[in-house]
Formats: sequence, C-alpha cells, structure tokens
Amino acid sequence: MTDITSSLPPVARAGRFLAGEARWSWLEIGFWVVAFGLAFFFRSNHLLFAEIAILALFAVSLDIILGYAGIVSLGHAAFFGLGAYTVGIMARSGWGDPLTGLAAAGVTAGILGFFTSFLVLRGSDLTRLMITLGVASLLHETANKLDWLTGGADGLQGMMVGPVLGRFSFDLYGTTAYVYALSVLFVVVLGLRILVHSPFGHALRAIRDNPLRARAIGIPVNRRLIAAYTLAAVIAGIAGALLAQTSGFASLDVLEFHRSADVMLVLVIGGSGRLYGGILGAIVFRFAQDAISTITPQYWQFWIGMGLVILVLAGRDRLETVGRKIVGRALPWIANKEAAR
Amino acid sequence: MTLALETRGLMKSFGGLIATNDVSLQLPKGARHALIGPNGAGKTTLINLLTGVLAPTSGEILLDGRDIGSLGVEQRVGLGLTRTFQINQLFPDLTAIETVALAVSERQGRGGDWWRRVGTKGPVLEEVIEVLDRFDLTDRMTEQTRYLPYGKQRLLEIAVALATKPRVLLLDEPAAGVPEGEREEILNAVADLPKDVTVVLIEHDMDLVFRFAESISVLVAGAVLTEGTVAEIKADPRVKAVYLGEGEV
Amino acid sequence: MLTILFDGISTGMLLFVLACGLAVTLGLMNFVNLAHGAFAMVGGYVTVIAMQRFGVPFLATLPLAFLIAAAIGLVLERTLYVHLYGRSHLDQVMFSIGLVFMAMAGMDWFMGSSPQNVILPEALKGRFDFAGIGIGRYRLFLVVICGILAVALQLTLSKTRFGSRLRAAVDDQRVARGLGIRVQTIFAATFAVGSGLAGLGGALGAEILGLDPSFPVKYMVFFLIVVTVGGTSSIVGPFLAALMLGIADVGSKYYVPELGSFVIYAVMIAVLIVRPNGLFARPGR
Ligand SMILES: Nc1ncnc2c1ncn2[C@@H]1O[C@H](COP(=O)(O)OP(=O)(O)OP(=O)(O)O)[C@@H](O)[C@H]1O
Ligand SMILES: [Mg+2]
Repeated sequence: MTDITSSLPPVARAGRFLAGEARWSWLEIGFWVVAFGLAFFFRSNHLLFAEIAILALFAVSLDIILGYAGIVSLGHAAFFGLGAYTVGIMARSGWGDPLTGLAAAGVTAGILGFFTSFLVLRGSDLTRLMITLGVASLLHETANKLDWLTGGADGLQGMMVGPVLGRFSFDLYGTTAYVYALSVLFVVVLGLRILVHSPFGHALRAIRDNPLRARAIGIPVNRRLIAAYTLAAVIAGIAGALLAQTSGFASLDVLEFHRSADVMLVLVIGGSGRLYGGILGAIVFRFAQDAISTITPQYWQFWIGMGLVILVLAGRDRLETVGRKIVGRALPWIANKEAAR
Repeated sequence: MTLALETRGLMKSFGGLIATNDVSLQLPKGARHALIGPNGAGKTTLINLLTGVLAPTSGEILLDGRDIGSLGVEQRVGLGLTRTFQINQLFPDLTAIETVALAVSERQGRGGDWWRRVGTKGPVLEEVIEVLDRFDLTDRMTEQTRYLPYGKQRLLEIAVALATKPRVLLLDEPAAGVPEGEREEILNAVADLPKDVTVVLIEHDMDLVFRFAESISVLVAGAVLTEGTVAEIKADPRVKAVYLGEGEV
Repeated sequence: MLTILFDGISTGMLLFVLACGLAVTLGLMNFVNLAHGAFAMVGGYVTVIAMQRFGVPFLATLPLAFLIAAAIGLVLERTLYVHLYGRSHLDQVMFSIGLVFMAMAGMDWFMGSSPQNVILPEALKGRFDFAGIGIGRYRLFLVVICGILAVALQLTLSKTRFGSRLRAAVDDQRVARGLGIRVQTIFAATFAVGSGLAGLGGALGAEILGLDPSFPVKYMVFFLIVVTVGGTSSIVGPFLAALMLGIADVGSKYYVPELGSFVIYAVMIAVLIVRPNGLFARPGR
C-alpha cells in the first residue's frame, strides 16, 4: 500500500479497492489472446482444445455452486447430460442450428436445476451428495430406458448439426468447434466476472463461509442458492450441448458418474472459488490425461485417482500456497498484487 | 408509547431441558436493556428464539406490536431485528468492506443484483465507511477477515449488525474473549450506538452492565428471576446470591 | 409373489452386509467413504481367484475374502484414511473417489474388464418348494449367513465393551481419550471389520450382483442409500433400509422391468426430502 492511496478519503479508497479487485489483469488478457490465437496454430490439436474449452465451461459452472456457494454436488453431470441430449434430440429431428440449440439446452437444464435446487437447500453435505447423485442416476436410468427417444445404450445416432451462425460449418480438424466453444466460454466468463464482484456474488461467498450469519444480516439465503444452482445448471447444460454439437454424438456417457467426479476433480486441481480455477484445471487435467494415456492407454484412470489421493493428502491449501510461491517467483508482479490484498 | 420488542410467555424445551421458561419481556423504544444470568441460564437461547434461529415451543414475539413468530431469520432482519453472536460468526474470506457492504446492499434492496459491481449504484460505500469508521475499522478494511486480530473481528461483528440499520439490536456478549484493556473500546462503541436503537446487551462483567444499562433482566435456569432498574438490581439480595456470588467463583 | 419377496429379502440382507461397514464409518464416524464398494470388489475377486487359480472350495474362500479385505482396510486406514478424519467432506469425497478410480483401474489391469463368474457348489444350486414358495438354496444360504451376521453385529455394538467404547469414541473423541479409550485403535479395528464385511458381502454377492471392475461405482448409490435412508442412529435403521431396498429392487425389476432402477432412485430422493436425516432417525435431533 502506497502513501498516495492511504491519503485518499476512505470512501474513495474503498471504491478503488473494489474496482481493483474486478480489474482485468494482464495475465487474464494474455490468456484470452493466446487462447484465441491458438485458432491459427496447431490445427491438428483443435479437437482437443475444443474439448478442453467445454470441460472448462463445465467446471466453471460447478464452481458457481461448489466454489462460490459451497454446495458439494456428486451429480452435476445431470445438467451436462440433459443439455447434450436436448441438442442431440433437436438435431436429430431436424433442428440443427447450434446457437438456438445451446439456448434450448440452457433452458431445459435450467428448469431441471430450478426444480432440483429446492432439494439441495436443506440438509447436510451428505443429504446434498445423495440427492444430487440420485438425480443424476435417475436421469441416467431414464435416458437408458427411453431408447426410442435417446437411443438407449447405443447412444443418439444421426445428429445433423448445422453451421454456426449459418456460416461456419464444423470441419474435420475441429477449428470451428474450438473457436465456437472458446467463444461461448469467453462470453460466460465475461458474465461471471461481473457476477462474482456483484452483491449477489459476494452473498454467495458469504453463504459458503457462514450461512447462519448470512441470514442474520438479512441475506435471503435460500433464494440466492436457488438462483445460483439454476444458473450453474444452465451453464452446465450449455457445456453438454457444446459437446454434443461438436462431436455430433450423445450417449449415456454424458450422464455417467465419472463425469460428475471428473469435473469435481478438474475444479479442485485448478482451485475452486476462483473464476479461472476451472479453466486451469481443465487444461492440466486434459493434458495429463492425454500424456498418461499415451503411456498406458487403458489405465490412465489409475494415475488420475492417485493424483487425486495425493492432492488431498498433501492438502489442497498447502499445495496452493506452494504453487503460488512458485508462480510468484517467476512473475514478481503477481506476488505484489497478492501481497496488496 | 408502543413497545419496540415484546415477548409473551416464551417457552423452549430441548427434550427434557427447559431452556427458556415463560419469558415475558417488554422493551420500550430506545431502551438500553441488559440481560444477565449465570452460564447456561438461557440467554443465547432467548436471542436465538427472538431472531428465529430456533422455533419456540410456545409463546409470542412482537416487534413494534407486530407478531413476527412466523417469519424467517432474514425477514426479521428486514423488519429491523438484528443480533450479534457470542462466538464470532464472520466471513473469513471477505474483507471488512465486502462484509459490511453485503448488509448495506441487502437493506437497500440491491442484494440480488448480479449485473453490477458492489457499490457502483446508490449510497452503499458511504454507508459502509460510516459504519466502519464508527468502529475504527477503516485502516484495515481491505484485509480478509481471517487476518484481522481478534479484537477487530469482534468490532466487525457489531459493525455488520449495525449496517442492517436495526431498530432493535441484540448484542450477545460483545466483549467475550477480549482482553481487559480492549473491552473498554468495544463497550464504548456499544454505548455510542444511535439513541433511537433499542439495545439488548448480554454481558457478564457487572461494572460494564451497570454503566451501560438503564434496566436489567436477570435470567436463571431459563426463567426471569427479577427485573428492574440498575439500582433495584444492585440492591436485590437474590441476584447477589444466584449470580454475583456464583460469578466470583 | 412370495418367491419374489424372499428373493428381495435375501438381496436386502446381502446389501446390509455390504453396507454395514459404511453405516459405521459414514453414519457414526461421519466420514464420507465413497470407496467402500472397492473393498467389496476386492472380496469378490479374492473368491474368484482362490477358486479359479487355486481350486479352493467356495465356502472356504469366504473367510479369506473377509480377511484380505479387512487387512487392506486396516492398512489403508492406518496409512491414509487416518489423515482425513477431521477434513472437509469435499476432501473426503475427492480422496475416496481417487481410491475408487485406482481400485477400478488396478483391478481391470490385473483381472481384465470382463465379468467374473463364481461357480457355486452343487449343494447350493437350484430351488426347492416350501409351502408353495420357490426358495433358491443359495438365497436361503444368504439369508441365514447374513442374518447371523446382522444379529452378531447388533449384539456387538449394543452389548459388548467394544460397542460402548466405539460409541463413546464417536460421540466425543477428547472425552473418550480422557477415559483411557484408545480411540485410534477402536477406529482402525472398526474400519477393518467394516471393510472385511464388505469383502465378505462382495464374495457372497458375486453370484447375484455380478462382479467386474466397475462394481464399486455401480453399487455405490445402493450402499449410500442404505446408510442415508436408514439413518445413522442405530444399526437397525440401515438393516430395515437394506431390506426395503432389496425388496424394491427385486420387485421393480420383476414387475416393471421397463423402469429399471428408476423407482429406487425416486423413492430415495422422496425419502430424503421428507426426512433428511433418514427414515429411521430418531425424531427431535
Ligand atoms: N441446540 C440445543 N440443544 C440442546 N440444548 C441446548 C441447545 N442450545 C442450548 N442448549 C442448552 O440450553 C441451556 C441454555 O444455554 P444458553 O447457551 O442459552 O446459555 P447462556 O445463558 O447463553 O450461557 P453462557 O453465559 O454460557 O453463554 C444450556 O443448558 C444449553 O446446554
Ligand atoms: Mg450465551
């Protein structure tokens, strides 16, 4: 803190502090420039990049409820899967426009999210785990049994996805897919950047930290949680829709338990409760998965599991501090910013 | 003169234990009231009942003459009934600015805004600073609460409650755990609260109670043993017996 | 009709043996152990390997399944789980999911991903008629074994010194330590027995539930249902919940196969909405 700021009147100082929290950092700008720039390089990897962007979007949606609002969910794949099947079924019946498909997926997932949000309001972590897991299992079983609609265990065949904005059709390399998914991720992050610094976003963090006190200062906790859960469901639905559109396929896999578990892992790797945690986690997770599966194609899950066990045992907080120190050494100005907090 | 806060025959039992036994209180507007009693007398339980954290077994609670028994915690806050906690209940990850701004935004009806930054609409920051200033918290207002010293956290505990602009403020041992030297600062802040706010103070330090309060209720085993002015309570031998005597031990 | 009821009861009792260890770790020790099914899977594979590779008779493999699963449980508890007792539920969830992933991939590597068969001895095969009810011999065997285990467990927890010490340790670790109870030993022993029972359940259930490396995830929801629906205040709750679950599962698969497990999940959600602390939790807590 410099003398200049401390000589300001407190109201101005407070305003400056809050504005500073929400300001774009160079790192952030650089990230997006590089991410969009990649559309012109490494063409053979664009399908992988698109997958990463989609996984990142899914993780960001989980972050809203887990990282910000503090709800542990074991069934976030329910919304992802519902979004995927929504666009899948639409595309099979002739409605192949991607953007309206995304919107429809967001709406269906949001409706499911809204109604199930009432179920997770009450109860302990354990009841929440069970209910989210139960809802996802229920959906999985439904998709499995309604094979006339979903294709059952064989998956949904024959999706016809049209070009994005009527112009950019999906190519074999996945360049369109990548730019499309990244753009959606970018738009969502833009929105969430505002949200997390808004009264609503702060209220969610307050509820996560201490719901008892949040109530006691007048925050309508249930209403905020319903809104957050619904929003997270919408975004997860959009992520699922993106996957179905870019891969031209939807199967029961989008509703499997491992999806809910993976996305949680992604978020924890990247750091929950921070906007870019899900994105960082998705990059690390997907590249690790790729690297490991080239060595042992079938058993990468083993090493992911081991990574998870080590991560938890070593302590997520401690690793984070270590990680930050390393980054801080490399980029001193980040350290300065952290110290200024 | 209407009463700011009134209870009628309030009862609460936990299984067999009767934690609140037929408590009827009447607090006029602007009162400076103290609630005293030995450990386990049911003081905190009474506050939990008043604020809606616990549901009473029977009895009524009236705020400004209105029955609030069926309202939730946050609705009662909206009507002007706010409390602090005996053990700090803060948001470790939020700064003092953010903590107080939450209460202010919520009261100004902007708590659900997700499309704009905190404090960019309406007189939020002005109010935040006014409250923080009152409790001498502005110099460390940009630090996360977890890094504030205990005494400062204790002050923030009261500050955030006051930011809801309560008509009735219930303070549950605001100086609990604060070393002797710093208690003065906290109790001074309490004594300086706006005159139109009705304040109920729970406190074990008799000197502070006698200095602050105009009227006192003595709670023993969940029931009101006696009520009266400071002078009356000081003179009451029963109070000495059950409370002061025990307090010395 | 009654045959289905009997099948349901036997499945339910099997589920109880599988899940009772979880009822203690999750219900009493408040540890979210999603890896519980992995111990059951280990037990199942112990039986398969012992029978196929070493020609051990089926019945003789059962104690082996118990012991090996218990030993693995003990080692993991001492080395890993012990560090996570006080941690957040999120940490516990992540950690135990990690273990599940490792167990599944590891078993896949060792044994391949195809489902394993357990060849029952002749004496346990087939059905006989009793008062008009078709009773599978193996089902009857399950009911007897699991029934004995359930009674033994209930007696251990409610009547023995070990039981009262466990309850004391769970209630308040500090006080229990003050009373000279070796909390760590008690927890470790409990965890080992719970894992061992899961292993035994896995061995007994291989025939009915099937056995392949995805077992821990496939039945995770079932185990959790037994505990959450049963509530955590006694062992009786999970027992009744397991019976109900078994009957509902067998019944719905027989009468409305087109719905599959749908009914079970729906009922579980409904129960948790109405009674967040479980169907058989004591009221007022
Ligand atoms: N949720 C609860 N369940 C069961 N018993 C409770 C509960 N809350 C409080 N009690 C019991 O009610 C009695 C009154 O407790 P309370 O906390 O109100 O006392 P207090 O007057 O605030 O004491 P202190 O001065 O120590 O803060 C105690 O015996 C306590 O154990
Ligand atoms: Mg108290």
